[in-house]
Amino acid sequence: MSMVEDAQVLPVTPKAQKRTNRPTSRGRLIFAKLARTPRFWVGTLTLLVIVLWALFGLAFYAYNATSQDVMSMNTAPTGNHWFGTDEIGGDIYAQTVVGLRKSLLIGFVVGPVSALLAGFIGALAGYLGGVWDRVIVWFIDLLLVLPALYILIMLYPLIKGGSWVIVMVYLAIFSWMILARVIRAQTSSLRDRDFVKAARFMGVKTSTIIRRHIIPNVSSLLIIDATLGVGAAILTETTLSYFGFGVQPPDVSLGTLLSSGTGAATTRPWLFIFPAAILVITVLATSLAGDALRDAVDPTSGANRD
Amino acid sequence: MTEPLTITGKRAPAVTPVLEVDNLSVTFGRGANEVKAVRGVSYHVNPGEFLGIVGESGSGKSVSSMAVMGLLPSSARIRGSVRFQGRSLLECSDAELSGIRGKDISMIFQDPLSALTPVYTVGHQIAEGLLLHDKKLSRQGAAARAVELLKLVGIPSPERRAEAFPHEFSGGMRQRAMIAIAIANDPQLIIADEPTTALDVTIQAQILEVMQEAKEITGAAVVLITHDLGVVAGNADRIAVMYAGRLVETGGVDEVFHAPAMPYTIGLLRSMPSMASSQSRLVPLEGRPPSLAALPPGCPFAPRCPLVIDACREAEPALSGTEEHPTHQAACIRSSEITSGKLTRSEVFPRPAPVLEGAPAGTDGREVLSLKGLVRHFPLLKGAVFKRQIGTVRAVDGVSFELGSGQTLGLVGESGCGKSTTIMEILELAKPQQGQIRVNGVDVADLSKRDRLKMRRDIQVVFQDPMASIDPRLPVHDVIAEPLTVHGVSKKDQQRKVAEMMELVGLDPEMASRYPHEFSGGQRQRIGIARALVTDPKILVLDEPVSALDVSIQAGVINLLKDLQLQLGLSYVFVAHDLAVVHHIADHVAVMYLGRIVEYGTSDDVFSRPRHPYTQALISAVPIPDPALERTRVRVLLDGDLPSPTDDIPGCNFRSRCPLYQLLPEEQRLRCRDEDPSLRTVDDTSVACHYAEHDALIDTVAKR
Repeated sequence: MSMVEDAQVLPVTPKAQKRTNRPTSRGRLIFAKLARTPRFWVGTLTLLVIVLWALFGLAFYAYNATSQDVMSMNTAPTGNHWFGTDEIGGDIYAQTVVGLRKSLLIGFVVGPVSALLAGFIGALAGYLGGVWDRVIVWFIDLLLVLPALYILIMLYPLIKGGSWVIVMVYLAIFSWMILARVIRAQTSSLRDRDFVKAARFMGVKTSTIIRRHIIPNVSSLLIIDATLGVGAAILTETTLSYFGFGVQPPDVSLGTLLSSGTGAATTRPWLFIFPAAILVITVLATSLAGDALRDAVDPTSGANRD
Repeated sequence: MTEPLTITGKRAPAVTPVLEVDNLSVTFGRGANEVKAVRGVSYHVNPGEFLGIVGESGSGKSVSSMAVMGLLPSSARIRGSVRFQGRSLLECSDAELSGIRGKDISMIFQDPLSALTPVYTVGHQIAEGLLLHDKKLSRQGAAARAVELLKLVGIPSPERRAEAFPHEFSGGMRQRAMIAIAIANDPQLIIADEPTTALDVTIQAQILEVMQEAKEITGAAVVLITHDLGVVAGNADRIAVMYAGRLVETGGVDEVFHAPAMPYTIGLLRSMPSMASSQSRLVPLEGRPPSLAALPPGCPFAPRCPLVIDACREAEPALSGTEEHPTHQAACIRSSEITSGKLTRSEVFPRPAPVLEGAPAGTDGREVLSLKGLVRHFPLLKGAVFKRQIGTVRAVDGVSFELGSGQTLGLVGESGCGKSTTIMEILELAKPQQGQIRVNGVDVADLSKRDRLKMRRDIQVVFQDPMASIDPRLPVHDVIAEPLTVHGVSKKDQQRKVAEMMELVGLDPEMASRYPHEFSGGQRQRIGIARALVTDPKILVLDEPVSALDVSIQAGVINLLKDLQLQLGLSYVFVAHDLAVVHHIADHVAVMYLGRIVEYGTSDDVFSRPRHPYTQALISAVPIPDPALERTRVRVLLDGDLPSPTDDIPGCNFRSRCPLYQLLPEEQRLRCRDEDPSLRTVDDTSVACHYAEHDALIDTVAKR
C-alpha cells in the first residue's frame, strides 16, 4: 500500500522558528524520542529498582544467603523470613537477593556482548565480502557445529577456579553465531544500497561506514536479540549449573534457586514463585526498554511519527 | 482448443457501460489516523473504450482501481457503488469476485517481476488462469492455448518460451506474458496499473502497441492508470485526471490535451519536458499533493494553484461541464475563464526566468573529465568451490568521451547498456581494466591513496532513487555533512556549510535535524544534491536523478540543476533513459548500446538529425503529450530486447534489432555482418554505423 504510505507523509512546515541554528545530532534525537516514550521509563526505572534492590536488599535484613535458621525449616513467608525458608532453614529472601546479583551480571553481560559480537562480526563479513566473508562464515559454522558443552566439560579441570566467570565468557562466545549469519545476510544487501555506495564514493572509511550506516540499519534485530539474550543467558546458566558448571553451592543464582525450587512448586510454592517472579519482571523490564530503544532508533516506526 | 479470440456474443448492448463507478470512496484507518484515499470518484467505461486515469503518486488512482477489483485489504472501508455489466461488485462475496476476476476483468500490474511466480514456468501460469475459469479445458488444451497467447503478444519462439521461468524473461517479455494472462479468458475489461513505468522507452513503445492489439482482438475496454501524460496521449479515447482522491477533470483526449480546463491539468502538461522544444527552462508545478489525512475545506489544489481566489478555499468545486462540451468536465470554479480563452495556458503557469543568464560562472570549457577506451568486463563464473570462467560480460567495451568545464554530457541508452557501469568506474577513481580515466587532467591510475581521497572532493554523485541513496536512519544534517567528515572539517564549519547548501537547493535549514522520511521525493532528491555539492565539487555525476520523481516535481529539480550549473560552474555527467530530459539539460549527448557509444555529438545535432538507427528508434519511442501528433506519428520500432552482453556478436552488435538492416539489400547487409563499425564523423556527429548516411529511416523520424 505504498500509495497510502505516501499520502500519510505530512507536509514539512518550518515549525519551531525559535530553535537554535545548531542541528540536533542523531544521539540527541534518539534520546529525545526515548524520553518521550513511557515504555522506556517504565522499563528502565523497574530495572533500576531491581538493581538497587540486589545491591542493598540485605542491608537491613537479619539473615544472609548462607545462614541457616534451624528453628524454622520449610516455613512459608513470615515477618521474620520474608520469602520463607527451605528444608534446611536457608532464607529464601537472602538467597534471592544474592542470586539476583549474579544473574543480573550474567544476563546483562552475556546478552549485549553476544549481540555486539554478532553485529560487528556479521557486518564485517557482509560488508567486506569475498575471501574475508568466506573465512568468517567458515569460522561461524565451525563454532556452530562444535559440541560446545563437551568442550566445556573437557576444559573444566583447567578452569575450576573462577567458575561462573568462565560460564559467562562461555555463554557469550557460543551464542552469537546464528544472529551473526542473519546480520551478514542483511549487510550484504545493504552494501549494494545507494547510500552505502555514496559513502564509499565520498571516501568514508570502512569502519565508519559499518558504524554509521550498517549497524543502525540492522539495529532492530540487534536490540531484540540483546534484550531476549538477557533472559536466555540467565536460564542457560541454570542448565550449566545443573551439570555442575557455573554457580555451585553454597553460591546461588536465580537459576539454581529456580531449579532447586521447581520440584516444590506445588507443595511449597514460595521456594519457586519468588525467584521466578523476579526473573520474569527483570526480563519484561528489559524487553520494554529495548522495545522503546528500537522504536527510537527507527525514525519511521509508528510510535514517533509526529 | 484453438478457438479464435474474438468478441463473443455475451456482450451487453453498446450503450451500456462495462464499468460504472459511482461516488466511490475508500478510507483507511480510523479516528485521527483516518486517510481518505479516494473521495467520491465517479466514472464509466464503455465497451471497447480506452480510458486513461492520470495523476501524481498518492492521488488515489491505484487505490480506486484496486477497490474495483476487490483487492484492497479488509481494513479499507469502501463506499459508493461499482457496477460491472450491471452487477454490483461491492456486494459480491470474495468467491463470487474470484469468478469475475481474471475472467471478465483482468489486471496488469506495474512490476512484472513480482506479478509472476518465480517457481512456475510462464506457460504454466498462463494455463493456470485458463483452467481456473474453464473447467472443461484439458491440461494439454490449456498448454496449447498458452503458447498461442504468447505468440499473440509477440514473444518469439513461443513453444520454447512457454517452458521458461520468469527470471529467464526480460522485463518487457514479462510484461508481455502478463498481458497474455490478462487476455487469456477474453475479458470485457482490462485494468492496467502503470504497466510501462518500470520499462525502457523502447520497450514501453512495444508494450503499448501490444496492449492496443490485445484490446482490438478481445474487444475489451481498457483502463490505463499512469502518471505519464505522454503514454495516454496516443492511446486513450478519454482521460480522467485525479488529484487528492478525486477526479478533477475528465473528457475526450483531444479536449483535455488541447483545451484543459483545470489549472492542475495545465500544470501537468506544462511541466513535461518535450522532445519537440528544448526551451532552457521547464515549468515546475510547485508544492506537493495535500495530506489525505486532514484535508482543509475548499479545493485541495488551492495551495499550489496560481489562479487561486478566496472563493476556492471555501468549498470544493464539483465536476461540471459546459453547454457546448457536456462530456468535458472540470472541477474548478474558474474553468469557464480558462476555456473561454481569458486565461491562456502560459499565463496560468508562466515559464520561470533563469536565475542567471549566459555561460556558467568561472568556466573556460577546459577538459575536466576524459575517458579513453574504458573497458570493464566481468567474468561469468560457474561452479561452487572451483569456479571456472564460462564467459565474459562486456559491460563497458571501449568508451571514450570528454567533458569540458561548465558543460553537460548526457549519457543515454536502454537499461543494461552499460551506462551505469561506466559512471561507477569513473567514481571508483581506480585504475580501470583497460583504458584511461583523467579527472582535471590527472590520470586516476597514478593517484596515491591521499590524492585519491582529495580528488573525491572534486567529483560527487547524485543517485537515481532518493529513497535508497539516503540513509533512512540518519538526520538530514548528518546526511549532508557526511562528505565533509572525510576531509577533517570542524563541526562548526560543517554546520555552516550544511545550512548554506540547504539554502542553495531550496530547503529550509531549520529542517536539518529531521529524518529523511519526513521529506517528499522531490525534497529528498534536493537533499541528495545538497550532499553532493557540500564539498564544492567541479564535476557532478547524476545517475538518473529525476526518473524516480513525478513529472511535476521533475521540472523543479531540473531547473535547480541548471541554475546550480550556472551559479557554481559545475560540469555534469547526466545519465538518463528519458531523452526529453536529456534534450533539455545536455550540451553533448552520447548514446550507448551494449557497452559502446554508438553516437556522440552536440545535443542539438543528435536530437534534430539522429544518424544511428538506434538513436532514431530511441527518439521515436518517446511519447509526445499531444494526441494529434502522437496518432499521426510513424514510429521506428525496435524488435525484441537488448541482447545479452555475454554474446559475442560478430560485426555490428546492433544488427539483430536494427530497423535499417531490415531495409538494406543483401549485399549491403554483408558489411554489417562482417565488419564491426567504429565511430566515424558524419557531418558534426560521430556515428558507429556503416550506413549512417542512409536516409530511409531519417525521413520517417523527421515526420514526428
